[in-house]
Amino acid sequence: MKPFKRRRRGGITATFEQGEAHLLASLCGQVVELLRDRNGAAESSADPLAAQLGMGGPSTPPEDPVLQRLLPDAYRDDPDDAGEFRRFTERSLTSAKVANAEALIGSLVDGGLTFGAPPEEGGDPIEVELDDAEVQAWLRALTDVRLSLAVRLGIENDEDTMLVAESEDEAIAAMSDIFDWLGYVQETLIGALD
Amino acid sequence: MTTPTPVEIAEPEVDDIVELEDPWVTIVWNDPVNLMSYVAYVFRNYFGYTEEKAHELMLKVHHDGKAIVSSGSREQMERHVQAMHEYGLWATLERQDI
Repeated sequence: MKPFKRRRRGGITATFEQGEAHLLASLCGQVVELLRDRNGAAESSADPLAAQLGMGGPSTPPEDPVLQRLLPDAYRDDPDDAGEFRRFTERSLTSAKVANAEALIGSLVDGGLTFGAPPEEGGDPIEVELDDAEVQAWLRALTDVRLSLAVRLGIENDEDTMLVAESEDEAIAAMSDIFDWLGYVQETLIGALD
Repeated sequence: MTTPTPVEIAEPEVDDIVELEDPWVTIVWNDPVNLMSYVAYVFRNYFGYTEEKAHELMLKVHHDGKAIVSSGSREQMERHVQAMHEYGLWATLERQDI
């Protein structure tokens, strides 16, 4: 990967290897699927108005721990208020997160990625150029993917982050590498904005 | 919160960063996932805080485990919490007894 930087004319660009771009798109796709399962496919279009009109979403927190982290309670010590808030807002939050993840995938597709097909051996790197709206979507989508991976890795504090990085379980160590790499991608994106 | 590479930071005095005007507050809680740079970025860009204030609030979240980042009406705080959740920050609102 060539890290994010700001072009002279203002666009924010980065270049990903085919494998990296596929990984990013696939992780975002998984977040989308998880959120869609929660919302029901028909309800996942961005429709904040429907949500505001109180076309009731769920009022109980999700059971999946990843979804619990992506869609947390707004009231810490008041389940009734938390449930009421969730009923009116969760669907629009879910839709926003789906839209962000899909925008990230869209930027990669614009850069030449064939999403859904296996990575091309020796295929051209994927260069993305993000406008302001895409930057915002990327920041949020990268965060959602990192939050999801962290829950699956069992990262609950700073020490856990070190522990999974040194895990002898190869699958965990590999996922931890991906988690760190996503942090690097996000850090360079934030750095390019300053 | 976390950083890709460890950094040493002096802990500043960060009492009363946000003055309480209304009884409802938005609280952002520490988590081991979000980058320190990202949390400061969100405070700067969403709340419009100066770089210095955003950085102080971020450090307060990091060191104290939480920080009040805004106060106002219940409706305003609900909007802020919803926005923080879209950013992936862990936020709640509550009524503050002054």
